[in-house]
Amino acid sequence: MNNILNQIGIENYIFLSVLLFCIGVFGVLYRRNAIIVFMSIEIMLNAVNLLFVAFSTYHQDAEGQVFVFFSMAVAAAEVAVGLAILVSVFRNIGSIDIANLKNLKG
Amino acid sequence: MDVTTILILLLVGAIATYFSGDKLASKVALVFSLGAFGLSLSLLSTYCNGGNISFIANWIDIPKVALAFKADGLAMAMVLLTTALTPLIIFSSFGNSFNNSKNFYALVMFMSFAMTGTFLAADGLLYYVFWELALIPIYFIALIWGNGDAEKRKKAVLKFFIYTLGGSLFMLIAFAYLYSKADSFLLEDLYKLDLTASEQCWVFFAFFLAYAIKIPIIPFHTWQAKVYQKAPTVGTMLLSGIMLKMGLYSVIRWQLPIAPDAAKTYMPVLIGLSIAGVIYGSIVALRQKDLKKLLAYSSLAHVGLIAAGCYTLTLDGLSGAVLQMIAHGFVIVGLFFAAEIIFRRYETRKIDEMGGIRTQTPKFTSMFMILVLASVALPGTFNFVGEFTVLYSLSQVNVWFAILGGTTIILGAYYMLKMFQNSMLGETNAKVFAEVTSNEAITFVVIIAFLLFFGLYPKPIVDLITPSLNEILSNINS
Amino acid sequence: MDTNLALLLLLSPFVGFLFNIFFGKKVSRNVSGAIGTLTVLVSFLMSICFFAQLNQNGKALEIHLFDWISVHNFKLDFGLLLDQLSLLWLLFVTGIGSLIHLYSISYMHDDENMHKFFAYLNLFVFFMITLVVGDNLLVMFIGWEGVGLCSYLLIGFWHKNQDYNDAAKKAFIMNRIGDLGFLIGIFLLGSQFNTLNFSELKVALGGNLSLYTNICLCFAALCLFIGACGKSAQLPLYTWLPDAMAGPTPVSALIHAATMVTAGIFMVTRMNFLFDLTPEVQNIIAIVGALTALVAASIGLLQNDIKKVLAYSTVSQLGLMFLALGCGAYNVAVFHVITHAFFKACLFLGSGSVIHGLHGEQDMRKMGGLRKAMPITFWTMMISTLAIAGIFPFAGFWSKDEILMVAFEHNTILYVVASIASIMTAFYMFRLMYLTFFNDFRGTEEQKHHLHESPSLITIPLVILAILALIGGAINLPGSNWLNHFLEPILATKHEEHALGTHEYMLMGIALAGAVFGILWAYSKYIKQGFVPKQDSEITGFSKTIYNLYYVDEFYTFLIVRPLNSLSNFFRTTLETALGKLVFGFGTVANGLGTQGKKLQTGSIGLYLFAFVIGVLAILTYLFIAQ
Repeated sequence: MNNILNQIGIENYIFLSVLLFCIGVFGVLYRRNAIIVFMSIEIMLNAVNLLFVAFSTYHQDAEGQVFVFFSMAVAAAEVAVGLAILVSVFRNIGSIDIANLKNLKG
Repeated sequence: MDVTTILILLLVGAIATYFSGDKLASKVALVFSLGAFGLSLSLLSTYCNGGNISFIANWIDIPKVALAFKADGLAMAMVLLTTALTPLIIFSSFGNSFNNSKNFYALVMFMSFAMTGTFLAADGLLYYVFWELALIPIYFIALIWGNGDAEKRKKAVLKFFIYTLGGSLFMLIAFAYLYSKADSFLLEDLYKLDLTASEQCWVFFAFFLAYAIKIPIIPFHTWQAKVYQKAPTVGTMLLSGIMLKMGLYSVIRWQLPIAPDAAKTYMPVLIGLSIAGVIYGSIVALRQKDLKKLLAYSSLAHVGLIAAGCYTLTLDGLSGAVLQMIAHGFVIVGLFFAAEIIFRRYETRKIDEMGGIRTQTPKFTSMFMILVLASVALPGTFNFVGEFTVLYSLSQVNVWFAILGGTTIILGAYYMLKMFQNSMLGETNAKVFAEVTSNEAITFVVIIAFLLFFGLYPKPIVDLITPSLNEILSNINS
Repeated sequence: MDTNLALLLLLSPFVGFLFNIFFGKKVSRNVSGAIGTLTVLVSFLMSICFFAQLNQNGKALEIHLFDWISVHNFKLDFGLLLDQLSLLWLLFVTGIGSLIHLYSISYMHDDENMHKFFAYLNLFVFFMITLVVGDNLLVMFIGWEGVGLCSYLLIGFWHKNQDYNDAAKKAFIMNRIGDLGFLIGIFLLGSQFNTLNFSELKVALGGNLSLYTNICLCFAALCLFIGACGKSAQLPLYTWLPDAMAGPTPVSALIHAATMVTAGIFMVTRMNFLFDLTPEVQNIIAIVGALTALVAASIGLLQNDIKKVLAYSTVSQLGLMFLALGCGAYNVAVFHVITHAFFKACLFLGSGSVIHGLHGEQDMRKMGGLRKAMPITFWTMMISTLAIAGIFPFAGFWSKDEILMVAFEHNTILYVVASIASIMTAFYMFRLMYLTFFNDFRGTEEQKHHLHESPSLITIPLVILAILALIGGAINLPGSNWLNHFLEPILATKHEEHALGTHEYMLMGIALAGAVFGILWAYSKYIKQGFVPKQDSEITGFSKTIYNLYYVDEFYTFLIVRPLNSLSNFFRTTLETALGKLVFGFGTVANGLGTQGKKLQTGSIGLYLFAFVIGVLAILTYLFIAQ
């Protein structure tokens, strides 16, 4: 096998992406600022993307990378919509602390 | 030409009515419904001459659903009942004025479309779609154009809607299960299914819930009286005249042949329950003070007897049930119309507030009287033919069923005559009661002529339905 | 040809009905009455035609019209059967019917709805003819229910009075109780023999029958008899008949004396081959008949309404006829039906004439001394009273005597009961005559001033009927026995002729002595002592029980009507609400679950996210463990 995986083993990629994912999860759980929550979600997404690319190379199959493109495109769109929502939330309420957003209370 | 043309005509009629504007709506609806009636008559003659008027085509591939409309004698009898009663009901409402009448009549036409579809559909899912479709227009008709306190009406109608819908969901589950077994919703394929006893039992009672609520069989009848009372008379006529028959028809067409062994096992229970409905309905009707409610309970009693006939699983029971369905459809429409005529003049449905009408309006009294007599199954009326056949079939199962079911002869006479006496007879009422207009009279005359003619000569209808019923019975017994 | 004539016989009154319903109001009263009468007369003439034809060739005529109802094991035709029995019935139904129509033209002349009256009367005759000529039980049932309907319409003819309407309703419902029995009987017979046609049934019943079939037959016969009880006002379903006197008097004469109430007897006679096979049921019939005769006669003793007396006497006479039927002597019952039709129609029409003369007064306490003012009415009624009392040689003597004779052969107790009933009959009938026609007039001065004999349209039918009541016994005099021979083809069992021995003469003598005793008893009480019945409030003791009809109506109300009504109220108010609540219960439960469940939705996004992560972890863990 003549590629990057010979130098850095696949398991390192897996560890890294799990680490990134966990950081994302904890960010989502602990931070109250909506933008940071958003960033944490992006980190989780990118952790997955990283894994996709790594396995794609590992399996010598380009399909994984195609998926990453999709996922990046979707993520970009999501950020656009999400940020737009946050902006309008901020305009209305004056805060983007998720603890204050309790209108969904049953 | 096949039966889909009737459906298309009714649907087009509904749309055309909607776009024709408030003034013309009732007339447009009448024309289209009459057209549908004529069309179904001509299709009937094609059918009787051996022509094929059924229709089948693929609709959805996964899951496999077909646009299958099977028109045998039984289905045609019910379609004719629907298409004959629809113009009659529309015509009877000419004396009323409705807000937004284009919506009203479009809904009536749409309901007629959905009910016709239910009678014709030979594919489980298609049938289910039509079955539920029929519920929507009547919900709005009763909700928007009903009478009485709006809040109470909303409550009653919503209860009816959710109740019947809830029952039907069980039927949907049954269909889903059957599909998983047969890989098809087609009626014939479902007939061929070989289900174990416990499967049959589950399927049977899933269907039963849907039908028992629709028919209604006690104790599932609690929606009925209030909705009948609150709905506008046209809605009540549609409900009692045709929609109830959907449930009864479905018992014969779907429930019994698909799960015949369960039907045989539970026959005594089911007949017992139906007959309990007969007695219960009659007894409750005895002391009703509201004319429409009284008729609702009388209807409960009558459909109980019809259901009992269906569950006997004999040819007599089934054919008597179908005959009685048709007869009851006509007579109950006539009776509700009589209630409406009194309401138009006296603005009341309370029986105590009536009385002494006979001296003022001999024609109306005579016609009302004939309908009352038909409703208590006096020999010579069509209702007698049906009731006799049903009771005869019950006596074949167990003579006690016939005796208990036969109490309707006594109790029915009691509450109907009591109602008639209190509403029509007695000292001349101080309030003026105008004689029926010719429009109103026409509706009565058509109904009465129908009931009397087929009371003496029911053979055409019997000959029409017997082959299909025999086919269904052979499916049940094979 | 025969078919057309038979249709004419059947439909002629129906045409009269249609005419009177649709055009009666437009033509004058006399025309409407005349049409009504003529159409019945046509039926009468047709009946005579067929009767003559039958007498010549002795063959019954069966006419098939069209298929009617079919069930799995047999088909029912709408067919007519004109045989000895039905023609006999037709003759007196249409004959007396015509007379009563004629009478009504004058009697109802002042009523605004006279055309309707004639329409209903015609409809009644039509249904009665249907009942009589039907060739199977179900066509008979059309007529059976149809006459019940007409009876309802006519009893409640003066529909402004709710009491009359109640009486009409009661008649219809009581009849319907019997009708249910009739229907059940039809079902049993139909399922056993696959036919309801009389001639086919007769053949089928003649074959060998299994034990099970025999039991079925017993029940069927019993059920049919219950039907007959309803229509012919026997215990326990008799109470409608006296109430039915609310209708106009010609109605009482036609329906509640001469024709409709004999339908039960007609049916039992028609089905004689069935009843002959079920001696148990015959015994029941005999006992019920005798009891009815006694109970009704005893009530009749103390009634003060002239029509009520006649009504109870009708019930009592019908009881005697059923006694004869129960003894298997169908021909005797038929004989009494015919003679009874003559004299009872005459009595009712006579009482109508009296009521007419007194402008609606029916209480005998306010009559008296009408003999001079109304001689024709008096004499015709006198003849009929002698006939019903069983005085030689009036018609009633012969028929009643034969009933007593067969009762004697059958069972002594039945004979004694029937004899007592006969003595009572003689007593109360003469009580009626004495109170009405003898002594001084007890009504108001104004009534006295207006006393007059009724017009000839009323008296002519009276005279004709009185003549028939006088000589009607001739159709079955001992020795000639024309009626018995005539009915032989119908009746399965033949009765040996009564040779008039000492035995029979003795029985006749006893009967006659009893009747004379009853008359003398009445004479001594009401003529010699000039006794006038007390006012209602003064009646005490056992007489009060009798005067109040043994409180049977109250008993029925207490036992059936009230419980039914309270049950209805209970169902309507309690059970319905409870069931409604039960259904609403589902909604309530769903609502409750929602209220509890919504507490989970705190609105805190952090919590949602936490739950989300926990959930994902849980699923992952599960998947790992599952693997």
